[in-house]
Amino acid sequence: MNDWGDVLVTGIIKSVIALALLMAGGGLLTLMERKILGRLQTRYGPIRVGPFGLLQPLADGLKMLLKEQPVPANAKIGVYLVAPAISLFVAFMAFAIVPVGPSFFLFGKMRTLSVTNVNIGMLYLLAILSLGVYGVVLGAWSSANRYSLLGGLRAGAQMISYEISLGLAILGVVVLAGTLSPIGIVEAQKAPGMTWFVFLQPVGFFLFMIGGVAETNRAPFDLVEAEQELIGGYFTEYGGMRWGLYMLAEYINMLTVSALVATLFLGGWIGIGTGILWTVTAAPWAQLLGVFWFFVKVAFFIFVYFWFRATLPRIRYDQLMGFGWKVLLPLSVLNMLVTALYVSLR
Amino acid sequence: MAIQPREDTMILNLGPQHPSTHGVLRVLVELEGETVLNVKPDIGYLHTGIEKSGERLKYQQVITLCDRMGYLDNMMDELAYVLAVEKLLGIEVPERVKWIRVLLAELERISSHLVWIGTHGLDLGAMSMFMYAFREREKILDIKENLSGVRMMTSFIRIGGLAQDLTPQFEPMVREFIRYFPQRLQEYNELLTKNEIWVERTKGVGVLPPDVAINMGCSGPTLRGSGVPYDVRKTMPYSGYENFDFEVMVGRNGDVYDRFWVRIQEMAQSLRIVEQALDGLPEGPWRIDDRKIVPPPKDEIVTSMESLIHHFKLYTEGLKPPVGEVYQAIEGGRGEMGYYVVSNATGKPYRFHMRAPSFYNLQALPKMAHRCLIADLVAIIGSTDIVLGEIDR
Repeated sequence: MNDWGDVLVTGIIKSVIALALLMAGGGLLTLMERKILGRLQTRYGPIRVGPFGLLQPLADGLKMLLKEQPVPANAKIGVYLVAPAISLFVAFMAFAIVPVGPSFFLFGKMRTLSVTNVNIGMLYLLAILSLGVYGVVLGAWSSANRYSLLGGLRAGAQMISYEISLGLAILGVVVLAGTLSPIGIVEAQKAPGMTWFVFLQPVGFFLFMIGGVAETNRAPFDLVEAEQELIGGYFTEYGGMRWGLYMLAEYINMLTVSALVATLFLGGWIGIGTGILWTVTAAPWAQLLGVFWFFVKVAFFIFVYFWFRATLPRIRYDQLMGFGWKVLLPLSVLNMLVTALYVSLR
Repeated sequence: MAIQPREDTMILNLGPQHPSTHGVLRVLVELEGETVLNVKPDIGYLHTGIEKSGERLKYQQVITLCDRMGYLDNMMDELAYVLAVEKLLGIEVPERVKWIRVLLAELERISSHLVWIGTHGLDLGAMSMFMYAFREREKILDIKENLSGVRMMTSFIRIGGLAQDLTPQFEPMVREFIRYFPQRLQEYNELLTKNEIWVERTKGVGVLPPDVAINMGCSGPTLRGSGVPYDVRKTMPYSGYENFDFEVMVGRNGDVYDRFWVRIQEMAQSLRIVEQALDGLPEGPWRIDDRKIVPPPKDEIVTSMESLIHHFKLYTEGLKPPVGEVYQAIEGGRGEMGYYVVSNATGKPYRFHMRAPSFYNLQALPKMAHRCLIADLVAIIGSTDIVLGEIDR
């Protein structure tokens, strides 16, 4: 097999696996959220469908597929139908560069455990994340509903306010690691004299966490879909599986952002205490253990997401903007400057 | 009803089906971006004709209607109506009855405020608060169920006394609640009062100046949040409230936070009253002994002809207060809850009207919501703690 064929085949195999896992993961996250929220709110969450309610996501999916999907009379039908797909597409695309485990040799080539290993991965990521707002804004505008419109406006403003500090937070890590490739960034955290970037970039970590929550429109920054104010925000007029696509996109975005936090700041697949407490060298175990550690870290941040939602009230629109521009942006610029200074003097 | 929008403004129809209008309130909002320029509350979507129905029911039966008007503080509705009729009849109930009524009314105030804090938290996105508040309210509902067999529409407070004496389990249950609740209140404070985001969202929002509040006829925590120490329990004591030691909580700025703070403090004060009432509960009869007003005991009916006749007359014709009209106000969960009853010496009230505190508090909404944001509007509606059941009647 020549080089191109190899790239094509591995690309397709990886994409299919990643898509399947992400879809399943998004579904499982809805269950996990309802379970955890339930426990935090002194109730059970879903328990009826399947053992421990494990089949609930399936039942929900089936329900959404079977539902009638009315289209509002004045909707711009084309855009209205495409918008949820854009959201989901962007969510899938963003995950493509996330490495879930260490690379390994197979069939004579180095294989990465991410769908694609782009050497400008972080740049690609920022570009894709910015596209996410299109699904929201277009859906909001095309459904010809005033609540949706307000949700869309909020989405636009919110994304602009947060993307910059998010980008600058990533940049701090990039400068420190000296590479834009996510795999390179993880490797850099393993390099001698280095440690997880959360210790070297605490401010960046903080900024990225906040920016990430805002990016995914989750509580306390869920103003875009603020149920108590805007009913559903941008998806007020969506029902059935169209709404399901938006939801799935949101959950996959959560997965992506959690995975990015793990990759950028918590050493990706590097186990806790690896190199200090123990070392793993045997090939298959190292891969599996790496994936395991990665998922533990992602799961932790997903839990933090749910925790936020159970605890915090929603921030007001203007307060969020003020916070983004007046606090986060100067802080991220400062963080960037200090990091750059440190790296250039090192 | 309509607002004429300017060229650069948008009309948003908030409700009647909207998650945070606390029932079926419709609010027309004129928006400039997200800034609210004009607010017009539109009520009547829950109109049930309860007041009119009251004219076709006997005095005893009207109690069931009162339950259903202010459905979050049923016992206080009952109490206000029963006090009005008792005033009309010119009767004085035994001490024990008064104390039990106070005890129940204060439990009801806590339960009403719990629903408020839950829904208000939900409005601002603190969704767990809702579950916690309802968990605590459940305890009060359990007490009510144990007492009367019904969780909400108790009809426990009757003209001339109560439906029956306290159950043996009542005291331990209330004691348990008194022991349990202060920790929960502390939890709420940790979750909301000390929460940076919560304070940001509520401080300085929806300010209601005291003079406006008075002119609008506001009462209850909505008025006290603006710093006016008007509490019917202190200014016009009824049912023996003068015997109890409690403070009237007032806010300073009249914003959403102050109204929130006042209610939180009121829950603690109510708990104090409950404790005092339980400690000093006098012994004695649980209703008056007047066969023209309260029915004879059941075992007497089967042995005494005279009792049977009294029973029959009371339930077919009803009790007959002398001609006259009375207004009796109590401090309900939302403010001055008053009942106006006119008698023409028949067994049914000639006119029966409720002064619903929510109705007046809602009036102040346009004043409070001027030039706020949509998110604030939701917070302000929540902070007035309206119950549409008593607004529309």
